[in-house]
Amino acid sequence: MEQSEQDVATSTQLPKPQVQATASPDTFDTGTHIFDVDKVSCYYSSFRAVTDVSLKIHENEITAFIGPSGCGKTTVLRTLNRMNDLIPGAHVEGDIRYRGASLYAKEVSPIAVRRRIGMVFQKPNPFPKSIYDNVAYGPRINGERNKAKLNEIVERSLRGAALWDEVKDRLKASGLGLSGGQAQRLCIARTLAVEPDVVLMDEPCSALDPIATGAIEDLMKEIKSRYTIVIVTHNMQQATRVSDRTAFYSVLRNEESDTRTGVLVEYGRTQQIFEDPHDPRTQAYVTGRMG
Amino acid sequence: MAAIAGQQQTDLREPKGWRRTSNRIVTWLMVLAFVVVLIPLGFVLVTTVAKGISIISWQFLTADIPPNVVPANIGGMGPAIVGTIEITALATIMAVPLGILGAIYLNEYGGKNWLAALIGFFSDVMTGVPSIIMGLFIFAIWVLHFGFSGFAGALALGCLMLPIVIRSTYEMLRLVPNALREGSYALGATKARVTMTVVLPAAIGGIVSGAMLAVARAVGETAPLLFTILTVTTVNKNVFSGPNTSLPSQIFANANSPFVGAQARGWGAALTLIVIAFVLMIVARFITARFSRFSR
Repeated sequence: MEQSEQDVATSTQLPKPQVQATASPDTFDTGTHIFDVDKVSCYYSSFRAVTDVSLKIHENEITAFIGPSGCGKTTVLRTLNRMNDLIPGAHVEGDIRYRGASLYAKEVSPIAVRRRIGMVFQKPNPFPKSIYDNVAYGPRINGERNKAKLNEIVERSLRGAALWDEVKDRLKASGLGLSGGQAQRLCIARTLAVEPDVVLMDEPCSALDPIATGAIEDLMKEIKSRYTIVIVTHNMQQATRVSDRTAFYSVLRNEESDTRTGVLVEYGRTQQIFEDPHDPRTQAYVTGRMG
Repeated sequence: MAAIAGQQQTDLREPKGWRRTSNRIVTWLMVLAFVVVLIPLGFVLVTTVAKGISIISWQFLTADIPPNVVPANIGGMGPAIVGTIEITALATIMAVPLGILGAIYLNEYGGKNWLAALIGFFSDVMTGVPSIIMGLFIFAIWVLHFGFSGFAGALALGCLMLPIVIRSTYEMLRLVPNALREGSYALGATKARVTMTVVLPAAIGGIVSGAMLAVARAVGETAPLLFTILTVTTVNKNVFSGPNTSLPSQIFANANSPFVGAQARGWGAALTLIVIAFVLMIVARFITARFSRFSR
Protein backbone atom coordinates (compact mmCIF):
# COMPACT_ATOMS: atom_id res chain seq x y z
CA MET A 1 0.00 0.00 0.00
CA GLU A 2 2.89 2.28 0.77
CA GLN A 3 3.95 1.77 -2.82
CA SER A 4 0.70 2.78 -4.46
CA GLU A 5 0.34 5.88 -2.31
CA GLN A 6 3.71 6.86 -3.52
CA ASP A 7 2.53 6.40 -7.08
CA VAL A 8 -0.30 8.88 -6.80
CA ALA A 9 1.93 11.46 -5.24
CA THR A 10 4.75 11.27 -7.72
CA SER A 11 3.68 9.98 -11.12
CA THR A 12 1.54 12.32 -13.19
CA GLN A 13 0.13 9.67 -15.45
CA LEU A 14 -1.41 6.74 -13.67
CA PRO A 15 -1.88 3.91 -16.14
CA LYS A 16 -5.48 2.90 -16.58
CA PRO A 17 -5.88 -0.81 -15.85
CA GLN A 18 -7.39 -2.97 -18.53
CA VAL A 19 -11.14 -2.96 -18.57
CA GLN A 20 -12.27 -6.26 -17.16
CA ALA A 21 -14.85 -8.48 -18.74
CA THR A 22 -18.34 -7.24 -18.05
CA ALA A 23 -19.61 -8.62 -14.81
CA SER A 24 -22.74 -10.67 -14.88
CA PRO A 25 -25.67 -8.47 -13.81
CA ASP A 26 -26.47 -10.68 -10.84
CA THR A 27 -23.22 -10.30 -9.03
CA PHE A 28 -23.09 -6.99 -7.26
CA ASP A 29 -19.53 -6.65 -6.20
CA THR A 30 -17.49 -7.53 -9.25
CA GLY A 31 -15.43 -5.46 -11.63
CA THR A 32 -12.72 -2.96 -10.82
CA HIS A 33 -13.33 -0.62 -7.93
CA ILE A 34 -12.44 2.95 -8.76
CA PHE A 35 -13.29 4.23 -5.32
CA ASP A 36 -13.39 2.29 -2.13
CA VAL A 37 -14.99 4.56 0.43
CA ASP A 38 -14.48 3.16 3.90
CA LYS A 39 -16.33 4.54 6.92
CA VAL A 40 -16.00 8.15 5.84
CA SER A 41 -17.30 11.00 7.94
CA CYS A 42 -17.11 14.57 6.71
CA TYR A 43 -16.97 17.60 8.93
CA TYR A 44 -17.44 21.29 8.33
CA SER A 45 -15.56 22.62 11.36
CA SER A 46 -17.31 20.82 14.21
CA PHE A 47 -20.48 20.01 12.27
CA ARG A 48 -20.55 16.41 11.13
CA ALA A 49 -22.28 16.59 7.74
CA VAL A 50 -21.92 12.92 6.82
CA THR A 51 -21.38 9.93 9.06
CA ASP A 52 -19.85 6.54 8.32
CA VAL A 53 -20.35 6.21 4.59
CA SER A 54 -18.93 3.06 3.00
CA LEU A 55 -19.37 2.16 -0.65
CA LYS A 56 -17.47 0.97 -3.68
CA ILE A 57 -17.69 2.70 -7.04
CA HIS A 58 -17.15 0.59 -10.11
CA GLU A 59 -15.25 1.30 -13.27
CA ASN A 60 -17.07 2.39 -16.43
CA GLU A 61 -20.37 2.62 -14.66
CA ILE A 62 -22.61 5.52 -13.74
CA THR A 63 -23.23 5.69 -10.03
CA ALA A 64 -26.03 7.96 -8.84
CA PHE A 65 -26.28 9.56 -5.40
CA ILE A 66 -29.86 10.37 -4.48
CA GLY A 67 -31.53 11.59 -1.34
CA PRO A 68 -33.28 14.56 0.23
CA SER A 69 -31.60 17.97 0.57
CA GLY A 70 -28.96 18.21 3.25
CA CYS A 71 -28.23 14.50 3.32
CA GLY A 72 -24.61 14.91 2.28
CA LYS A 73 -24.62 13.59 -1.29
CA THR A 74 -22.69 16.55 -2.61
CA THR A 75 -20.33 16.49 0.35
CA VAL A 76 -19.43 12.87 -0.32
CA LEU A 77 -19.02 13.61 -4.02
CA ARG A 78 -16.69 16.51 -3.29
CA THR A 79 -14.52 14.38 -1.03
CA LEU A 80 -13.86 12.08 -4.00
CA ASN A 81 -11.61 14.62 -5.72
CA ARG A 82 -10.67 16.59 -2.61
CA MET A 83 -12.74 19.55 -3.68
CA ASN A 84 -13.80 19.99 -0.07
CA ASP A 85 -10.23 20.90 0.79
CA LEU A 86 -11.08 24.34 -0.57
CA ILE A 87 -13.67 24.98 2.10
CA PRO A 88 -12.05 26.30 5.28
CA GLY A 89 -12.69 23.98 8.19
CA ALA A 90 -13.74 20.98 6.11
CA HIS A 91 -12.06 17.70 6.97
CA VAL A 92 -12.57 14.01 6.49
CA GLU A 93 -12.30 10.97 8.72
CA GLY A 94 -12.02 7.46 7.39
CA ASP A 95 -10.36 6.30 4.25
CA ILE A 96 -11.09 6.75 0.55
CA ARG A 97 -9.07 4.61 -1.81
CA TYR A 98 -8.84 5.57 -5.45
CA ARG A 99 -7.52 2.66 -7.51
CA GLY A 100 -5.93 1.34 -4.35
CA ALA A 101 -4.25 4.58 -3.29
CA SER A 102 -5.44 6.46 -0.26
CA LEU A 103 -6.75 9.87 -1.40
CA TYR A 104 -6.22 11.52 1.95
CA ALA A 105 -2.72 10.25 2.63
CA LYS A 106 -0.36 13.01 3.71
CA GLU A 107 1.82 13.05 0.62
CA VAL A 108 -1.04 13.05 -1.89
CA SER A 109 -1.31 16.24 -3.90
CA PRO A 110 -4.91 17.40 -4.41
CA ILE A 111 -3.77 18.88 -7.73
CA ALA A 112 -2.68 15.45 -8.99
CA VAL A 113 -5.94 13.96 -7.73
CA ARG A 114 -8.09 16.52 -9.54
CA ARG A 115 -6.21 16.04 -12.79
CA ARG A 116 -7.52 12.47 -12.83
CA ILE A 117 -10.87 13.07 -11.22
CA GLY A 118 -12.73 15.89 -12.94
CA MET A 119 -15.88 17.59 -11.81
CA VAL A 120 -18.94 19.20 -13.42
CA PHE A 121 -20.86 21.57 -11.19
CA GLN A 122 -24.48 22.28 -10.52
CA LYS A 123 -24.45 25.67 -12.18
CA PRO A 124 -22.65 25.89 -15.50
CA ASN A 125 -19.49 27.86 -14.75
CA PRO A 126 -17.73 28.63 -18.04
CA PHE A 127 -14.72 30.89 -17.61
CA PRO A 128 -15.01 34.42 -19.00
CA LYS A 129 -12.94 33.36 -21.99
CA SER A 130 -13.71 32.23 -25.52
CA ILE A 131 -15.28 28.82 -26.11
CA TYR A 132 -11.97 27.59 -27.49
CA ASP A 133 -9.98 28.86 -24.53
CA ASN A 134 -12.46 27.33 -22.12
CA VAL A 135 -11.87 23.87 -23.52
CA ALA A 136 -8.14 24.38 -24.05
CA TYR A 137 -7.74 25.62 -20.48
CA GLY A 138 -7.14 22.23 -18.90
CA PRO A 139 -4.63 20.96 -21.49
CA ARG A 140 -2.83 24.30 -21.33
CA ILE A 141 -2.35 24.25 -17.57
CA ASN A 142 -1.02 20.75 -18.02
CA GLY A 143 1.65 22.14 -20.32
CA GLU A 144 0.21 21.52 -23.79
CA ARG A 145 1.43 24.33 -26.07
CA ASN A 146 1.22 22.67 -29.49
CA LYS A 147 -1.40 24.57 -31.52
CA ALA A 148 -2.38 21.68 -33.77
CA LYS A 149 -2.69 19.34 -30.83
CA LEU A 150 -4.80 21.85 -28.91
CA ASN A 151 -7.09 22.28 -31.91
CA GLU A 152 -7.50 18.55 -32.06
CA ILE A 153 -8.22 18.25 -28.33
CA VAL A 154 -10.77 21.08 -28.49
CA GLU A 155 -12.59 19.52 -31.40
CA ARG A 156 -12.55 16.06 -29.88
CA SER A 157 -13.78 17.31 -26.51
CA LEU A 158 -16.53 19.45 -28.01
CA ARG A 159 -17.63 16.53 -30.17
CA GLY A 160 -17.51 14.33 -27.09
CA ALA A 161 -19.79 16.75 -25.30
CA ALA A 162 -22.15 16.92 -28.33
CA LEU A 163 -21.54 20.63 -28.70
CA TRP A 164 -19.24 20.81 -31.70
CA ASP A 165 -21.88 21.32 -34.39
CA GLU A 166 -23.47 24.18 -32.47
CA VAL A 167 -20.29 26.14 -31.79
CA LYS A 168 -17.77 25.19 -34.47
CA ASP A 169 -18.30 28.48 -36.29
CA ARG A 170 -17.89 30.65 -33.22
CA LEU A 171 -15.09 29.11 -31.21
CA LYS A 172 -13.70 32.60 -30.57
CA ALA A 173 -16.97 33.85 -29.10
CA SER A 174 -17.38 34.21 -25.35
CA GLY A 175 -18.26 31.08 -23.41
CA LEU A 176 -20.65 33.22 -21.39
CA GLY A 177 -22.86 33.82 -24.42
CA LEU A 178 -24.05 30.21 -24.55
CA SER A 179 -27.44 29.05 -23.32
CA GLY A 180 -27.61 27.16 -20.04
CA GLY A 181 -27.59 23.72 -21.65
CA GLN A 182 -24.80 24.63 -24.04
CA ALA A 183 -22.78 26.16 -21.23
CA GLN A 184 -23.12 22.97 -19.19
CA ARG A 185 -22.00 20.88 -22.16
CA LEU A 186 -19.09 23.29 -22.57
CA CYS A 187 -18.16 22.60 -18.95
CA ILE A 188 -18.35 18.87 -19.65
CA ALA A 189 -16.16 19.33 -22.74
CA ARG A 190 -13.72 21.29 -20.59
CA THR A 191 -13.60 18.41 -18.13
CA LEU A 192 -13.19 15.80 -20.89
CA ALA A 193 -10.35 17.79 -22.44
CA VAL A 194 -7.96 16.80 -19.66
CA GLU A 195 -8.91 13.16 -20.23
CA PRO A 196 -9.83 12.35 -16.69
CA ASP A 197 -10.33 8.88 -15.33
CA VAL A 198 -13.46 9.78 -13.40
CA VAL A 199 -16.04 12.50 -13.96
CA LEU A 200 -17.95 13.67 -10.90
CA MET A 201 -21.20 15.48 -11.65
CA ASP A 202 -22.97 17.53 -9.03
CA GLU A 203 -26.60 17.86 -10.16
CA PRO A 204 -25.46 18.77 -13.66
CA CYS A 205 -28.98 19.13 -15.02
CA SER A 206 -30.76 20.94 -12.23
CA ALA A 207 -30.51 24.28 -14.02
CA LEU A 208 -31.46 22.91 -17.43
CA ASP A 209 -34.66 22.32 -19.38
CA PRO A 210 -35.78 18.77 -20.30
CA ILE A 211 -34.27 18.87 -23.79
CA ALA A 212 -30.85 19.97 -22.57
CA THR A 213 -31.16 17.41 -19.77
CA GLY A 214 -31.86 14.70 -22.32
CA ALA A 215 -28.82 15.73 -24.34
CA ILE A 216 -26.58 15.51 -21.29
CA GLU A 217 -28.02 12.17 -20.22
CA ASP A 218 -27.41 10.72 -23.69
CA LEU A 219 -23.92 12.10 -23.47
CA MET A 220 -23.29 10.43 -20.13
CA LYS A 221 -24.38 7.05 -21.44
CA GLU A 222 -22.19 7.54 -24.46
CA ILE A 223 -19.01 8.39 -22.58
CA LYS A 224 -19.31 5.88 -19.77
CA SER A 225 -17.43 3.28 -21.76
CA ARG A 226 -14.36 5.49 -21.37
CA TYR A 227 -14.99 7.18 -18.05
CA THR A 228 -16.38 6.34 -14.68
CA ILE A 229 -19.15 8.73 -13.72
CA VAL A 230 -20.56 9.59 -10.32
CA ILE A 231 -23.60 11.83 -10.42
CA VAL A 232 -25.54 13.56 -7.68
CA THR A 233 -29.13 14.13 -8.65
CA HIS A 234 -32.37 15.30 -7.12
CA ASN A 235 -34.25 13.79 -9.99
CA MET A 236 -35.06 10.15 -9.35
CA GLN A 237 -36.19 9.59 -12.93
CA GLN A 238 -32.77 10.74 -14.01
CA ALA A 239 -31.14 8.21 -11.72
CA THR A 240 -33.27 5.40 -13.16
CA ARG A 241 -32.61 6.56 -16.70
CA VAL A 242 -28.84 6.81 -16.58
CA SER A 243 -27.30 5.06 -13.64
CA ASP A 244 -26.12 1.50 -13.12
CA ARG A 245 -25.94 1.77 -9.37
CA THR A 246 -27.66 4.04 -6.93
CA ALA A 247 -26.74 5.11 -3.44
CA PHE A 248 -29.56 6.48 -1.33
CA TYR A 249 -28.60 8.92 1.41
CA SER A 250 -30.82 10.26 4.11
CA VAL A 251 -30.72 12.64 7.04
CA LEU A 252 -30.41 11.14 10.48
CA ARG A 253 -31.75 13.37 13.23
CA ASN A 254 -30.61 13.06 16.79
CA GLU A 255 -33.49 14.39 18.85
CA GLU A 256 -31.52 14.55 22.09
CA SER A 257 -28.70 16.77 20.92
CA ASP A 258 -30.78 18.33 18.10
CA THR A 259 -28.16 17.57 15.50
CA ARG A 260 -28.50 16.08 12.07
CA THR A 261 -26.10 14.24 9.86
CA GLY A 262 -26.19 12.51 6.50
CA VAL A 263 -25.97 8.74 6.27
CA LEU A 264 -25.84 6.22 3.47
CA VAL A 265 -29.02 4.19 3.78
CA GLU A 266 -28.81 1.78 0.91
CA TYR A 267 -26.54 1.11 -2.03
CA GLY A 268 -27.25 -1.29 -4.83
CA ARG A 269 -28.06 -1.71 -8.49
CA THR A 270 -30.39 1.02 -9.65
CA GLN A 271 -33.12 -1.44 -10.57
CA GLN A 272 -33.00 -3.03 -7.14
CA ILE A 273 -33.05 0.32 -5.32
CA PHE A 274 -36.11 1.50 -7.20
CA GLU A 275 -38.03 -1.73 -7.58
CA ASP A 276 -37.09 -3.74 -4.55
CA PRO A 277 -35.66 -1.43 -1.88
CA HIS A 278 -34.64 -3.31 1.23
CA ASP A 279 -34.78 -0.37 3.61
CA PRO A 280 -38.16 1.19 4.47
CA ARG A 281 -36.63 4.68 4.23
CA THR A 282 -35.48 4.01 0.67
CA GLN A 283 -38.88 2.70 -0.17
CA ALA A 284 -40.58 5.77 1.27
CA TYR A 285 -38.27 8.04 -0.72
CA VAL A 286 -38.36 6.33 -4.10
CA THR A 287 -42.13 5.95 -3.99
CA GLY A 288 -42.42 9.66 -3.25
CA ARG A 289 -43.78 9.39 0.26
CA MET A 290 -40.90 11.24 1.83
CA GLY A 291 -38.32 13.84 0.93
CA MET B 1 -66.48 53.15 -18.80
CA ALA B 2 -69.12 50.70 -17.81
CA ALA B 3 -69.61 49.17 -21.19
CA ILE B 4 -70.60 45.87 -19.73
CA ALA B 5 -73.50 46.39 -17.42
CA GLY B 6 -72.62 46.23 -13.76
CA GLN B 7 -68.92 45.67 -14.33
CA GLN B 8 -66.55 48.42 -13.27
CA GLN B 9 -63.29 48.89 -15.05
CA THR B 10 -60.35 47.92 -12.87
CA ASP B 11 -58.36 50.94 -11.76
CA LEU B 12 -54.70 50.12 -12.31
CA ARG B 13 -53.38 53.61 -11.65
CA GLU B 14 -51.17 54.13 -8.67
CA PRO B 15 -53.47 54.89 -5.75
CA LYS B 16 -53.38 58.39 -4.29
CA GLY B 17 -51.96 58.76 -0.86
CA TRP B 18 -48.75 59.03 1.10
CA ARG B 19 -47.04 56.28 -0.87
CA ARG B 20 -47.41 58.08 -4.18
CA THR B 21 -46.48 61.41 -2.58
CA SER B 22 -43.37 60.05 -0.93
CA ASN B 23 -42.33 58.38 -4.18
CA ARG B 24 -42.55 61.71 -5.99
CA ILE B 25 -40.75 63.61 -3.24
CA VAL B 26 -37.85 61.18 -3.20
CA THR B 27 -37.64 61.10 -6.99
CA TRP B 28 -37.36 64.88 -7.13
CA LEU B 29 -34.88 64.90 -4.25
CA MET B 30 -32.66 62.58 -6.25
CA VAL B 31 -32.86 64.81 -9.32
CA LEU B 32 -32.06 67.79 -7.09
CA ALA B 33 -29.08 66.01 -5.54
CA PHE B 34 -27.79 65.21 -9.01
CA VAL B 35 -28.07 68.86 -10.06
CA VAL B 36 -26.44 70.07 -6.83
CA VAL B 37 -23.52 67.72 -7.45
CA LEU B 38 -23.17 68.97 -11.01
CA ILE B 39 -23.14 72.68 -10.12
CA PRO B 40 -19.66 72.89 -8.52
CA LEU B 41 -18.28 70.47 -11.10
CA GLY B 42 -19.65 72.60 -13.91
CA PHE B 43 -18.36 75.82 -12.37
CA VAL B 44 -14.87 74.40 -11.88
CA LEU B 45 -14.75 73.16 -15.44
CA VAL B 46 -16.20 76.33 -17.00
CA THR B 47 -13.96 78.66 -14.97
CA THR B 48 -10.83 76.68 -15.70
CA VAL B 49 -11.55 76.44 -19.41
CA ALA B 50 -12.52 80.10 -19.63
CA LYS B 51 -9.40 81.34 -17.86
CA GLY B 52 -6.95 78.78 -19.16
CA ILE B 53 -7.84 78.11 -22.78
CA SER B 54 -6.38 81.35 -24.18
CA ILE B 55 -2.88 80.62 -22.97
CA ILE B 56 -2.67 77.03 -24.23
CA SER B 57 -0.30 76.70 -27.18
CA TRP B 58 2.54 74.44 -28.22
CA GLN B 59 4.93 76.95 -26.71
CA PHE B 60 3.04 76.87 -23.39
CA LEU B 61 3.19 73.08 -23.27
CA THR B 62 6.91 72.88 -23.98
CA ALA B 63 8.71 76.06 -22.93
CA ASP B 64 10.55 76.52 -19.65
CA ILE B 65 8.88 78.24 -16.75
CA PRO B 66 9.75 81.97 -16.73
CA PRO B 67 9.99 84.23 -13.68
CA ASN B 68 6.61 85.20 -12.27
CA VAL B 69 6.83 88.83 -13.41
CA VAL B 70 6.98 87.83 -17.09
CA PRO B 71 3.73 88.36 -19.01
CA ALA B 72 1.54 85.42 -20.02
CA ASN B 73 2.61 85.22 -23.66
CA ILE B 74 6.20 84.29 -22.77
CA GLY B 75 7.36 80.93 -21.41
CA GLY B 76 5.23 77.96 -20.45
CA MET B 77 4.83 74.91 -18.27
CA GLY B 78 6.97 72.33 -20.04
CA PRO B 79 9.03 71.25 -17.00
CA ALA B 80 5.87 70.83 -14.93
CA ILE B 81 4.19 68.67 -17.56
CA VAL B 82 7.29 66.51 -17.94
CA GLY B 83 7.65 66.30 -14.15
CA THR B 84 4.02 65.36 -13.61
CA ILE B 85 4.21 62.59 -16.19
CA GLU B 86 7.56 61.29 -14.88
CA ILE B 87 6.60 61.33 -11.23
CA THR B 88 3.12 59.89 -11.72
CA ALA B 89 4.42 57.15 -13.99
CA LEU B 90 7.09 56.21 -11.47
CA ALA B 91 4.55 56.21 -8.63
CA THR B 92 2.23 54.03 -10.72
CA ILE B 93 5.00 51.56 -11.50
CA MET B 94 5.71 51.23 -7.79
CA ALA B 95 2.21 51.29 -6.33
CA VAL B 96 -0.01 49.44 -8.81
CA PRO B 97 1.81 46.07 -9.00
CA LEU B 98 2.43 46.13 -5.26
CA GLY B 99 -1.18 47.01 -4.53
CA ILE B 100 -2.56 44.32 -6.84
CA LEU B 101 -0.25 41.69 -5.36
CA GLY B 102 -1.24 42.81 -1.87
CA ALA B 103 -4.91 42.50 -2.71
CA ILE B 104 -4.33 39.05 -4.22
CA TYR B 105 -2.68 38.02 -0.99
CA LEU B 106 -5.53 39.42 1.08
CA ASN B 107 -8.30 37.78 -0.92
CA GLU B 108 -6.81 34.61 -2.37
CA TYR B 109 -4.14 33.54 0.06
CA GLY B 110 -4.61 35.31 3.39
CA GLY B 111 -8.13 34.21 4.14
CA LYS B 112 -8.88 34.99 7.73
CA ASN B 113 -5.38 34.76 9.16
CA TRP B 114 -3.98 37.45 11.41
CA LEU B 115 -1.47 38.79 8.89
CA ALA B 116 -4.15 39.39 6.25
CA ALA B 117 -6.42 40.99 8.83
CA LEU B 118 -3.56 43.25 9.94
CA ILE B 119 -2.60 44.27 6.40
CA GLY B 120 -6.22 44.88 5.48
CA PHE B 121 -6.73 47.01 8.58
CA PHE B 122 -3.64 49.14 8.04
CA SER B 123 -4.33 49.61 4.36
CA ASP B 124 -7.75 50.97 5.32
CA VAL B 125 -6.12 53.25 7.89
CA MET B 126 -3.67 54.41 5.23
CA THR B 127 -6.59 55.44 2.99
CA GLY B 128 -7.54 57.99 5.62
CA VAL B 129 -4.08 59.48 6.15
CA PRO B 130 -4.01 63.08 4.88
CA SER B 131 -1.82 63.44 1.81
CA ILE B 132 0.38 66.09 3.42
CA ILE B 133 1.32 63.58 6.11
CA MET B 134 2.55 61.26 3.35
CA GLY B 135 4.69 64.12 2.06
CA LEU B 136 6.11 64.79 5.51
CA PHE B 137 6.74 61.09 6.03
CA ILE B 138 8.76 60.81 2.83
CA PHE B 139 10.50 64.08 3.71
CA ALA B 140 11.57 62.59 7.01
CA ILE B 141 12.72 59.17 5.81
CA TRP B 142 14.01 59.99 2.33
CA VAL B 143 14.48 63.66 1.50
CA LEU B 144 16.49 64.41 4.67
CA HIS B 145 19.00 61.72 3.67
CA PHE B 146 19.02 61.82 -0.13
CA GLY B 147 17.73 65.28 -1.01
CA PHE B 148 14.84 66.48 -3.10
CA SER B 149 14.02 64.51 -6.24
CA GLY B 150 11.19 63.41 -8.46
CA PHE B 151 11.68 59.95 -7.03
CA ALA B 152 10.90 61.22 -3.52
CA GLY B 153 7.70 62.72 -4.89
CA ALA B 154 6.87 59.44 -6.59
CA LEU B 155 7.39 57.63 -3.27
CA ALA B 156 4.93 59.97 -1.57
CA LEU B 157 2.37 59.59 -4.36
CA GLY B 158 2.91 55.83 -4.34
CA CYS B 159 2.13 55.70 -0.61
CA LEU B 160 -1.04 57.58 -1.38
CA MET B 161 -2.05 55.29 -4.24
CA LEU B 162 -1.22 52.01 -2.58
CA PRO B 163 -4.24 51.72 -0.27
CA ILE B 164 -6.59 52.83 -3.04
CA VAL B 165 -5.25 50.15 -5.38
CA ILE B 166 -5.37 47.50 -2.64
CA ARG B 167 -8.93 48.32 -1.66
CA SER B 168 -10.35 48.54 -5.18
CA THR B 169 -8.56 45.39 -6.37
CA TYR B 170 -9.63 43.51 -3.26
CA GLU B 171 -13.27 44.41 -3.86
CA MET B 172 -13.00 43.32 -7.51
CA LEU B 173 -11.42 39.98 -6.56
CA ARG B 174 -14.18 39.39 -4.05
CA LEU B 175 -16.73 39.75 -6.83
CA VAL B 176 -15.22 36.88 -8.83
CA PRO B 177 -17.63 33.98 -8.28
CA ASN B 178 -16.21 31.04 -6.38
CA ALA B 179 -17.71 28.76 -9.03
CA LEU B 180 -15.03 29.95 -11.45
CA ARG B 181 -12.25 29.13 -9.01
CA GLU B 182 -13.73 25.69 -8.35
CA GLY B 183 -14.08 25.06 -12.07
CA SER B 184 -10.40 25.70 -12.48
CA TYR B 185 -9.37 23.69 -9.42
CA ALA B 186 -11.44 20.78 -10.71
CA LEU B 187 -9.23 20.66 -13.79
CA GLY B 188 -6.19 20.21 -11.62
CA ALA B 189 -4.95 23.79 -11.52
CA THR B 190 -2.71 25.01 -8.74
CA LYS B 191 -3.69 28.03 -6.71
CA ALA B 192 -1.25 30.26 -8.58
CA ARG B 193 -2.71 29.08 -11.88
CA VAL B 194 -6.25 29.65 -10.75
CA THR B 195 -5.34 33.17 -9.67
CA MET B 196 -3.37 34.02 -12.79
CA THR B 197 -5.57 32.45 -15.45
CA VAL B 198 -9.08 32.72 -14.07
CA VAL B 199 -9.44 35.12 -11.16
CA LEU B 200 -7.31 38.00 -12.48
CA PRO B 201 -8.70 37.92 -16.03
CA ALA B 202 -12.23 37.84 -14.65
CA ALA B 203 -11.54 40.89 -12.48
CA ILE B 204 -9.12 42.76 -14.73
CA GLY B 205 -11.62 45.36 -15.91
CA GLY B 206 -12.38 46.51 -12.40
CA ILE B 207 -8.75 46.30 -11.35
CA VAL B 208 -7.66 48.57 -14.21
CA SER B 209 -10.44 51.02 -13.40
CA GLY B 210 -9.39 51.11 -9.76
CA ALA B 211 -5.74 51.58 -10.66
CA MET B 212 -6.63 54.38 -13.04
CA LEU B 213 -8.69 56.09 -10.36
CA ALA B 214 -5.66 55.94 -8.10
CA VAL B 215 -3.48 57.40 -10.87
CA ALA B 216 -5.99 60.17 -11.47
CA ARG B 217 -6.00 60.92 -7.78
CA ALA B 218 -2.21 61.01 -7.63
CA VAL B 219 -1.80 63.15 -10.74
CA GLY B 220 -3.58 66.03 -9.06
CA GLU B 221 -1.97 65.83 -5.63
CA THR B 222 -0.04 68.86 -4.43
CA ALA B 223 0.56 68.33 -0.75
CA PRO B 224 2.79 65.23 -0.93
CA LEU B 225 4.98 66.98 -3.48
CA LEU B 226 5.52 70.19 -1.50
CA PHE B 227 8.23 68.69 0.71
CA THR B 228 9.61 66.21 -1.75
CA ILE B 229 10.28 67.78 -5.14
CA LEU B 230 10.21 71.59 -4.66
CA THR B 231 9.83 73.44 -7.96
CA VAL B 232 12.27 74.11 -10.80
CA THR B 233 12.09 76.23 -13.92
CA THR B 234 13.80 73.95 -16.42
CA VAL B 235 13.14 70.36 -17.36
CA ASN B 236 14.85 67.91 -15.00
CA LYS B 237 15.12 64.74 -17.03
CA ASN B 238 16.68 62.80 -14.17
CA VAL B 239 13.78 61.84 -11.99
CA PHE B 240 16.09 60.26 -9.42
CA SER B 241 18.09 63.30 -8.42
CA GLY B 242 17.69 67.00 -8.04
CA PRO B 243 14.52 69.02 -7.47
CA ASN B 244 11.74 68.62 -9.96
CA THR B 245 8.38 70.23 -10.51
CA SER B 246 4.84 69.20 -11.34
CA LEU B 247 1.66 70.82 -12.54
CA PRO B 248 -0.06 70.82 -9.13
CA SER B 249 3.02 72.29 -7.43
CA GLN B 250 3.24 74.93 -10.15
CA ILE B 251 -0.45 75.78 -9.86
CA PHE B 252 0.04 76.21 -6.12
CA ALA B 253 3.11 78.42 -6.58
CA ASN B 254 1.61 80.55 -9.36
CA ALA B 255 -1.71 81.01 -7.58
CA ASN B 256 0.19 82.55 -4.66
CA SER B 257 1.86 85.00 -7.00
CA PRO B 258 0.53 88.57 -7.40
CA PHE B 259 1.59 88.80 -11.06
CA VAL B 260 -1.03 88.52 -13.79
CA GLY B 261 1.24 86.53 -16.13
CA ALA B 262 2.01 83.94 -13.46
CA GLN B 263 -1.67 83.62 -12.60
CA ALA B 264 -2.58 83.09 -16.25
CA ARG B 265 0.06 80.37 -16.50
CA GLY B 266 -1.44 78.84 -13.37
CA TRP B 267 -4.85 78.63 -15.01
CA GLY B 268 -3.29 77.11 -18.09
CA ALA B 269 -1.55 74.54 -15.92
CA ALA B 270 -4.87 73.75 -14.21
CA LEU B 271 -6.57 73.17 -17.55
CA THR B 272 -3.68 70.98 -18.73
CA LEU B 273 -3.95 68.91 -15.57
CA ILE B 274 -7.69 68.42 -16.01
CA VAL B 275 -7.15 67.34 -19.60
CA ILE B 276 -4.45 64.85 -18.53
CA ALA B 277 -6.77 63.36 -15.89
CA PHE B 278 -9.60 63.26 -18.43
CA VAL B 279 -7.47 61.47 -21.01
CA LEU B 280 -6.39 58.95 -18.37
CA MET B 281 -10.04 58.24 -17.58
CA ILE B 282 -10.88 57.68 -21.23
CA VAL B 283 -7.89 55.38 -21.64
CA ALA B 284 -9.05 53.48 -18.56
CA ARG B 285 -12.49 53.02 -20.11
CA PHE B 286 -10.99 51.64 -23.29
CA ILE B 287 -8.68 49.28 -21.45
CA THR B 288 -11.55 48.08 -19.30
CA ALA B 289 -13.72 47.43 -22.33
CA ARG B 290 -10.90 45.61 -24.09
CA PHE B 291 -10.14 43.36 -21.14
CA SER B 292 -13.70 42.52 -20.26
CA ARG B 293 -14.88 41.63 -23.76
CA PHE B 294 -15.69 38.08 -22.69
CA SER B 295 -17.91 39.03 -19.82
CA ARG B 296 -21.60 39.13 -20.38
